[in-house]
Amino acid sequence: MSVLVYTESENGKFKKTTYETVSYAKGIAEKMGTSVTAVAINAEDHAALGKYGADKVLTVSNDKLNKFNAEAYADVIAQAAKKEEAKVVVIGQSANDKYLAPLLAVELEAGYASNVVALPESTEPFQVKRSAFTNKGFNITEITTAVKVVGIAKNAYGLKENQADAAVEAFEPTLGEEDFAINIESVDKATNKVTIADAEIVVSGGRGLKGPENWGMIEDLAETLGAALACSKPVSDMGWRPHEEHVGQTGKPVASNLYIAIGISGAIQHLAGVNASKHKLVINNDADAPFFKAADYGVVGDAFEIVPKLTEKIKAFKAENN
Amino acid sequence: MKILVCISHVPDTTSKINFTDNDTKFDTNGVQFVINPNDEFGLTRAMWFKEKQGASVDVVNVGGKETESTLRKALAIGADNAIRVDTPATDGFQVAKQLAKVAKDGNYDLIIAGRESIDYNGGMVPGMLAKLIGANFVNTCIGLEVEDGKATAIREIEGGKETLTTDLPLVVAGQKGIVEESDLRIPNMRGIMMARKKPLNVVEPEQIDAQTKAVKFEKPAPKGETKMFDADNLDELVELLHSDAKAF
Ligand SMILES: Cc1cc2nc3c(=O)[nH]c(=O)nc-3n(C[C@H](O)[C@H](O)[C@H](O)COP(=O)(O)OP(=O)(O)OC[C@H]3O[C@@H](n4cnc5c(N)ncnc54)[C@H](O)[C@@H]3O)c2cc1C
Ligand SMILES: Nc1ncnc2c1ncn2[C@@H]1O[C@H](COP(=O)(O)O)[C@@H](O)[C@H]1O
Repeated sequence: MSVLVYTESENGKFKKTTYETVSYAKGIAEKMGTSVTAVAINAEDHAALGKYGADKVLTVSNDKLNKFNAEAYADVIAQAAKKEEAKVVVIGQSANDKYLAPLLAVELEAGYASNVVALPESTEPFQVKRSAFTNKGFNITEITTAVKVVGIAKNAYGLKENQADAAVEAFEPTLGEEDFAINIESVDKATNKVTIADAEIVVSGGRGLKGPENWGMIEDLAETLGAALACSKPVSDMGWRPHEEHVGQTGKPVASNLYIAIGISGAIQHLAGVNASKHKLVINNDADAPFFKAADYGVVGDAFEIVPKLTEKIKAFKAENN
Repeated sequence: MKILVCISHVPDTTSKINFTDNDTKFDTNGVQFVINPNDEFGLTRAMWFKEKQGASVDVVNVGGKETESTLRKALAIGADNAIRVDTPATDGFQVAKQLAKVAKDGNYDLIIAGRESIDYNGGMVPGMLAKLIGANFVNTCIGLEVEDGKATAIREIEGGKETLTTDLPLVVAGQKGIVEESDLRIPNMRGIMMARKKPLNVVEPEQIDAQTKAVKFEKPAPKGETKMFDADNLDELVELLHSDAKAF
């Protein structure tokens, strides 16, 4: 019996969130007095998983799995879980993780808790805290099945170094035609852009910016910070910015370390989707804008004046401290 | 083509979220319920198939009698039949199992659900349903075409999208993009009148045990003070973004 953790990778590389997922699995394993087994598909640098607490890594290498395929990946993880007799399977909550998790849960006859934000408060009974109502509440969920699938939300637990010597073991799952009933015809992905899902910092603009021609300063700030770009719903509805940048309750969720909202009023549907961010900076010329109440830092004033100034000051600070 | 659209009945996006009974229940007092926004996008796509390619569209909800107003709204938008599985929704698995029975009995070619319900944010019912009935599954679907029993779907991925092809039967979990916001329909008077005459079948639930249970609810901790900075003095802010937020 061990805690099994699925370690997502992209082009062979683990992401920071993967190490967070492993850290979390280690936290559960300690509570249960057991070890952590990671399962990695077509990834390199397995030793890095040991740094965050993996005692063993099952490595799968198979050309058929080069492109993500939810059914096939869920099948691989399920087979690994059965082999290890895992009672708890930990996954992240990336788009791909969320795609495969329900398939995995049914395969393992396991109860699944998504958007989990903390270690179990108790492991017998197994109770975890998860975010619900689009960040407007939390719910303590008890998983009552013998095997449990837990999805840990990004940035909720953090990285915890916990050196273990990860033993690496090749694992060959049995895959059938039914695992590949979905054909991936083409992938259209900007490779040089920071995505909202991966970004540590997100810079977001609202209707207060008056028009698409004013986004230059937003882009400059984002570039200076290595941040992803986002926007409020009306901004994407009016076509000022692409739909992929729409964040909020009906857009993409944001759970970054820092969220910078510029010319955004802070409507309840917007806040719900971005509230999971650790720190929030709001720049708005209306001191009564509701967003200020939800912010950690606020600047009241004209974005057209403040944003370029802020960018310059950050550049200067970085130059001085490097 | 026979289409089933899964409709989750959720608090309106502006609702204040409160809990009662010693924080063990969601407080529905004064809360307006609506069709889950992700399902509304999916339902609209189903209407497109009905009108452009010829399809029948059933809608289904697993829930108590209180959800019938939401199903009636879906009928007013243009669905042909509504089904309510008469049992409270207790967890994602229990709902998926109940839906699986409806899906099997109705022999649907295409099942459209939503990426997630905006109340419990489970994001699990559609995938579980697909697996339970042995159908193919596409999550975060932002484009869908069906031609001669073959589906082409666009899935939103982090930083982009991918195009997938697969066979029916298929379950998709949709969101904004499967149709645009401007395509959404507000039920008109005629639609509402017609909806009154359309069948709303109440079916008995299967006996199914949930796999999870909500033990307690909590509201987010009240936020600390907002630190306000003068537009003329951004240095202190930059310092805090560095030392406190660790942004750079
Ligand atoms: C069902 C539903 C779902 C929704 N989902 C979402 C969602 O997912 N995401 C989302 O964002 N919205 C969503 N909305 C819309 C939401 O209710 C708001 O309408 C929207 O968030 C407002 O966008 P905004 O803040 O950019 O614009 P506004 O509310 O118009 O705010 C503009 C702000 O800019 C400020 N401003 C103006 N000029 C300047 C200046 N020169 N410098 C600095 N500040 C300035 C103003 O003071 C104001 O506060 C949803 C609505 C509904 C009904
Ligand atoms: N009680 C329910 N009845 C019918 N469909 C549901 C129900 N709950 C969830 N669904 C469907 O499953 C999707 C995802 O819900 P969830 O897994 O709860 O986040 C929703 O958008 C609906 O399409």
